[in-house]
Formats: sequence, C-alpha cells, structure tokens
Amino acid sequence: MSEKPVKGERRVFMTGNEVCAWAALAAEADIMYGYPITPQTDIMQYWTRLAPKYGRKFLQTEDEISAGFTTVGGVIAGKRAFSATTGPGNTLFQEPMSMAEMMRIPTVVIIPQRGGPSTATVIYSQQEVTMTTYGGNGEGFRIVYSTAGHQDLYDYTIKAFNTAWKYRFPTFVLGDGYQAKMREPLTIYDPAERGIKMVKTEPLVGLPGTPGIHRPAQYLRNTYNTEEELYDVVMEIARDYEKAASEIIEWQDFDTDAEMDVLILAHGVVSRSAQGALPLLKDEGIRAGHFRPVTLRPMPEEQMRRAAAKAKRILVVESAYGQFLKLVKQSLYGMDKPIDTLLRPGAGVTAEEIVDRIKEGR
Amino acid sequence: MTREEIALAPNMPKCWNAETKPHKFCPGCGHGLALKMLGEAIDELGIQDKVVFGCDIGCSLLSWDFFNLDSVQTHHGRTTPVITGIKRARPEIIGIAYMGDGGGYAIGAQHLVNSATRNEKVTAILINNTNYGMTGGQMAPTTLPGQKTETTPYGRDPEETGYPTLGPEMVAAIAREGAYVARGSIANLRQLKKYLKKAIQNQIDGNGFSFVEVMSSCPTNWRTNAENTWNFVEKDMAEYFHVGEFKVPGQKEEK
Amino acid sequence: MAIRIVLAGEGGQGVQVVANILAESANAEGKEVIYIPNFGVEQRGGVSIAFVQIDDKRIGSPKFPKADIVVALSNRAVNRTLQYVDERTTFIYDDSLVAAAEIDERAMGIQAVEADPRSQRTTELIDESKVKDQVQLPDNAANIIGIPANDIAKNELHPRVFNIIILGTLLKATAVVPLDRIKEAIEAKLGAKFDKNPALRDLNYKALDKGMSLVERLV
Ligand SMILES: Cc1ncc(C[n+]2csc(CCOP(=O)(O)OP(=O)(O)O)c2C)c(N)n1
Ligand code: SF4
Ligand SMILES: [Mg+2]
Repeated sequence: MSEKPVKGERRVFMTGNEVCAWAALAAEADIMYGYPITPQTDIMQYWTRLAPKYGRKFLQTEDEISAGFTTVGGVIAGKRAFSATTGPGNTLFQEPMSMAEMMRIPTVVIIPQRGGPSTATVIYSQQEVTMTTYGGNGEGFRIVYSTAGHQDLYDYTIKAFNTAWKYRFPTFVLGDGYQAKMREPLTIYDPAERGIKMVKTEPLVGLPGTPGIHRPAQYLRNTYNTEEELYDVVMEIARDYEKAASEIIEWQDFDTDAEMDVLILAHGVVSRSAQGALPLLKDEGIRAGHFRPVTLRPMPEEQMRRAAAKAKRILVVESAYGQFLKLVKQSLYGMDKPIDTLLRPGAGVTAEEIVDRIKEGR
Repeated sequence: MTREEIALAPNMPKCWNAETKPHKFCPGCGHGLALKMLGEAIDELGIQDKVVFGCDIGCSLLSWDFFNLDSVQTHHGRTTPVITGIKRARPEIIGIAYMGDGGGYAIGAQHLVNSATRNEKVTAILINNTNYGMTGGQMAPTTLPGQKTETTPYGRDPEETGYPTLGPEMVAAIAREGAYVARGSIANLRQLKKYLKKAIQNQIDGNGFSFVEVMSSCPTNWRTNAENTWNFVEKDMAEYFHVGEFKVPGQKEEK
Repeated sequence: MAIRIVLAGEGGQGVQVVANILAESANAEGKEVIYIPNFGVEQRGGVSIAFVQIDDKRIGSPKFPKADIVVALSNRAVNRTLQYVDERTTFIYDDSLVAAAEIDERAMGIQAVEADPRSQRTTELIDESKVKDQVQLPDNAANIIGIPANDIAKNELHPRVFNIIILGTLLKATAVVPLDRIKEAIEAKLGAKFDKNPALRDLNYKALDKGMSLVERLV
C-alpha cells in the first residue's frame, strides 16, 4: 500500500470540505463517486487532487441518482465507497439510499446542507434533516451524525465508515454550508495511532470460487412477493436497528445536571450557538442547559428525556421550519413540557438570538 | 433605463427585458450571444406573446428574467420535461427549453433522449461550454480530451471518463421524421440565428422535436483572455464539434 | 479575549487575502479562529465580505450579529456593513479621495446563484458618479476612523499593496497576533515572489508599517 496520507497528529487550519477529503483518505476510503453541487463540490475537488497520490479512485457520474447507485455498487463490490451531495442532489440520493437501507449496504454520504426547498440557496441550512433521517420509501434505517464543526467532521467522517460497515446501514455525515466553507483549526490524525481500527470491508459479489460449484451464488434482492415475506424482512432489519441503536447513539449535554429554567435543544452547528448562549443566559440570571444529539438517527431519546425532565421549558432551535422539532416531539412524547421554538429556515442562528428568544418568552 | 434609453439602446432585441440589462453573465460569456440570437429569432418570428421560456439550473438560470417572456426556472437537468409538460397541456404555447451541457447531456440526458424519441413538439437549446460553468468549472460530458477542469485536474483522460458527448449527432440518430437538429456556434451568429429560427418554426409547424446545440465560451472557468477564448471556440472546440444541420424535416438525409 | 471582525470591499480589493492572512497567523499563534469567506447574498453583490472570529477558547456560532471591528473599503461596503455595527464597534473606512471602483450590482445576479464563492466573477466597472447610494457612515459606532489607504497606496507605494496597508491597520487595531506571525504568513504566501524580486518584499513591509501607523491599538 502507498504511504499513509495522515501521519501522527497535526493541527491544521482548513475548510470543512478539505477536512472531509482528508478524513476519507485517513479512513482508507477506496473510491468516491459524485456529482458537483455547491457547497459540496470542493470535497470532490480535493479528492480528485489527492486520491491519485494515494492510489484511491474517483468517478464523476452523470447525476446524483447515478452517484448514489454507483456508491451502492462500490460497496457491493467490497470497497469502502463514499459520496457527498446536498440539496436537490440529496433528494435524488433518496432512491439509491432506500436500496441501501433495504439491502443493508453500508454506504457513506457526506451532506453539507444548503437552503431548500428546490434550488434555493447554495449557502446554508438544516433543512435536510427529515430527508436524511427518514427519506425514501422506507423506515429510516439509517445512521445520521450531525456535526458541529471541523473536528467533528474529521472524527465522524472516519467513524461513519466504521459504523456503516460494522452495523451495515447507510450512514450519513450531516454538515452544512457554513462548516463546508469556513476555516477553523482542528487536529487531524492517523486513526490507527489513536487506536481506531478500520472495520474490514467485504464484497457481497465477486467472491472467490465458482458459484454453484465451490459456493452458492449470491442472490441479492430487494423485491418480495407477499406481504408476509416483506413484513418478515423489514421486521428483521428493524430488530437489528433497534439492537444497534444503543451502541450507536451519541450526544453531548451542557449544564443539564441541575434544575433548569430552560433546556435548549439544538443539533449541528446551531449547537455551538446554544453553547455560546449558556454563559450569556447565566449573566441574565437564567438557569439554562443545552442538549445536543450527535446522532439524529438513531436518536438518543432516553438521554434527551432525562435532560428535559429537569427543565421547566424546552426551546428547540434550528435552521429549518420544524424538522428537528418533529424529531424532538417524537422523542419527548408523553412528557408534559412546554416547547418553545426558534425556527429559522435556511438562516443561521447566533447565541445572541437564542438569548433574546428566551428573554422574550419569559 | 428610461423609455427613450430603451428605444435608443442599440441592437437590443425587442423581446429582451431592458430592466434586467446589463445582463448577469461574465464578460465574454457565450450565453449572452446565444440569447441575443434567440431574442432576434423570436422578434423576427413575431411570437413574443406565445413563448414560454424555461431555463435550467446552471449559468442558464441567469436568464430567468432576461426576456419579456413568461419564464420559469426549473431544476438542474429538468427543463425539457417541464416544458414538455406545459406543451402537452397547452399545445398553443411555444415552449423553449434553455440549458447547459451538464443539464442536457448529463443529469438530463434521459429527458433529452426520451423527448426526442417521442418527438415532443418543443424546442430545446443547449449551451456547450465544455464545463460546468456555474459550479466553478468541473468536467462536463463535453469536456475535450486533455482539457483541465476542477474535477480533471490532470486533464480529461478519455480512457477513464470517455469522449465528449456528440449531442446533435445522437439526437439526430434517435429522432424520427419531423425533428430538427443542428449545431451552431457563437463564432457564426448569423448561422446560429438561422438554426434557432428554424428550430422554433419547426415547433410552430407542429413537425416534431427541435434541438440546437450552441458552441459557446466560458472565459471565467477556462481562465482565458479574449484571444484564447475565441481560439478555444473556433479551433479546439470546432475540431471536435462540427457545426451544421443534422436533421431537417422533409429533407433527405445526406450521409 | 474574543474578537469579531468584518472586512468588506469590492471584489478584487483583496479583502479575502487580508482576512486569510490574519486568520492563518492567529491560528499559528495557537488561537481558535473561524474565518468565513464571502457568504450569502454579499458574495454575489460585488461586495466581498469576510467574517473572522478569534478567541482563546472554542468559538460558538460561526455567524455573529455585531462586530468589534468593521473595515469597509468602498462606499458600497460601508452600506453593506452597517448592520454589523453597534455601540461597541470600531468602524474603519477608507476616506481616500481616490474612490474604489465599484461593480454594477445588477451585473452580479441573484442569491440562488450556484457559483462557488471562490470563483468571483469579474464584471465591468461602472462610473462612480452613477452610484446612487451615497456613503452614510454609522451613527452608533464607538469609534469611526477614516484612513486614506487608497490614496497612500496609489500615491506613496503601489496600488497593489492596498490590502497590505489594511492588514497593517487591522493588526495594530486588534493586536491579536504579533507582527512576526503576520510576517511569517506573508512570507508563506508571497515569499517565493519576494525572493525573485526583493524590492517587492520591501514594498509590502513598508505598506504593513504604513497601515500600522494609521491607527492606535483599539481593542
Ligand atoms: C440535482 C442537482 N445537482 C447538482 C446541482 C448543482 N449544479 C447547479 S448548476 C450545475 C452545472 C451547470 O453546468 P451546465 O449545465 O453545463 O451549465 P453552465 O453553467 O455550464 O452553463 C450543477 C452541477 C443542482 N442544482 N441540482
Ligand atoms: S461562469 Fe462561464 S458560463 Fe457562467 S456566466 Fe461566466 S463565462 Fe458564462
Ligand atoms: Mg456547461
């Protein structure tokens, strides 16, 4: 094998898109398939420059439907394959990702969310939450990491490959245009030196030996004849998913040990604004805490409920018109907590705006 | 601009919307020239009140308020089906679909192929600038062998990524009698206008699908000065892409 | 200490280069930094804006409502940046007689433009006298400082080092990074060119000094 792309530990200052390309290299990704779309294109552009130096491959497809299905193909062939897309491209990815869901194909897709619906803006949003967690004609058997900054992008891009291949569910790194385009410092590292072992990949087709003679042929299917047959298949996936969920969920909480006047629920980059709001609120004499689910699918429901139980009110903040809110309501179902919202579809949220919203609500 | 200024504006087609001029394309961009010829063709055919103009996502989207025509921005690659839908529902409308080479030959290729095979009575105009202009210069299906783009930083290798799409040749091969197919260039505007006019007239006559590819320029992403821009269009591109009519209704095909 | 900077000018004035060097040197100094280039509608409006935050601890949201320092290098940049000013803001603008050329706003398209912020398009210059919006300086800033950077660049140094003058001004005003770090960052970017043409190094460092001499430390 050629030289390791990342050796030791190194503090760097780069854009989130560059971080993703390096992370995929460090994670020993074999091949990227993709179609240009802002603000994702830089990942491809870094990859096309870096990949050949480390013996990795790239294919620019004719669109995102093709990018998704070629990624599925790459994984079926036994390679650590990934893609990146966003916005209307993510919409087109739903068809291949529903195949991946049904057939337990561990694809990895990085999604720096942009404004929607439609072509909208190329800038920023958190409006692809519903689509990334529950898109397609399926049940949302997917793993979604919502990152809050460049260190997350590096860590979770690497982790996404392992989670995908360990549990065999399509896995997403859900970022946004801010993270994609801004530069901030982070530490990149060789996963091996931190004791992170990359989960071995294996082919689903093209196995050694002659099918029917040395081994049975592989028959990979996604079509079923009867209701009962399909029901059994989906329920088995559901059981596997539920079982894996407790091992996969990740979250962060801030000042949630004591009683709170308000618990701020936010994910992704908006979590940083929530974290920034806490000291400001303290100065105002408001006892506030913050809970951030890192995985949006599966959702750390128990942990969120535990935090919520200690708060008088909940404030849900997101750069979308209630997509995360829906997941929160589902998670807190049955709890008697008033929920306030700060919903800013396609627009950023600052710590100051969160503070203002809380003060106004009092 | 005041009314007088509009009246005085030299060479501006009547169907242009003067309010949105100067237009939004980069200096030296071929989109503006192609749209000027399209504007003149519409003026000369006297159909400003009948046209619905659809533009793709790509630099073509910058034409969304370019004309005094009812216009619709669609999705990347989806302009042909949107215009087809309009035409099927209201056949009296003259539907024009305006798109880039990425929009027409990559993501929207299936729509181009199927509209052509169904002989949809719409007019599709495709700007071939050998790259994805709007997203900052990635490889397009039309990128020339060896051409450097953002996703072919070492030059397009046909072994890896194939040869440039020959769109009109392909459409001509699958379209039936009644279709009109041509390739023009911003290097020959009179000829280009003639093709565009025939392509629209063909729809008006109810003959069938009409398709014109326009060889165009993208100095911003090619990173070329004026001279090299023209050289690229007139020499490099012209070596690979040939102008001419590939299918004309009622005309025996000369092979 | 946290410091939030908005830097705005016409495309081609090198705003992003200045922001980049400042951000990179702060990073080299071991600080937390977020630098967002050309974001939002601004990127298409012909005005180029950079947002830089520097802090000792991890930075919260990448977006911020008000800045500690706003540097606006053209009339239109002044208008665009007023929203980031409050009673704590130091507002630095270019009061040169030689005004910056502006770019016709309508020539830059709409917000939905798919373009990558890096590929700033160039458009034709328009006649300054036709710019309808006149400069209106903020009335709520803590300080308003006019610096004749354009004049100095043009008359005393070279128009090309205009942005280095601005860098010097910012460096002095914020004192967030030592001069040496900035010089390292400049060397990293331009060192090769300097070696070929040592006069260039001289010119750039002169511009840096000049920029620093235009203001006092503010933060
Ligand atoms: C589904 C989808 N994928 C990707 C994009 C991003 N995108 C916008 S324009 C464009 C390419 C434009 O290239 P082309 O069609 O050749 O037009 P040009 O800008 O060159 O005129 C792409 C990939 C999108 N808007 N929607
Ligand atoms: S990027 Fe290229 S195609 Fe787009 S407007 Fe500029 S020159 Fe024209
Ligand atoms: Mg193109």
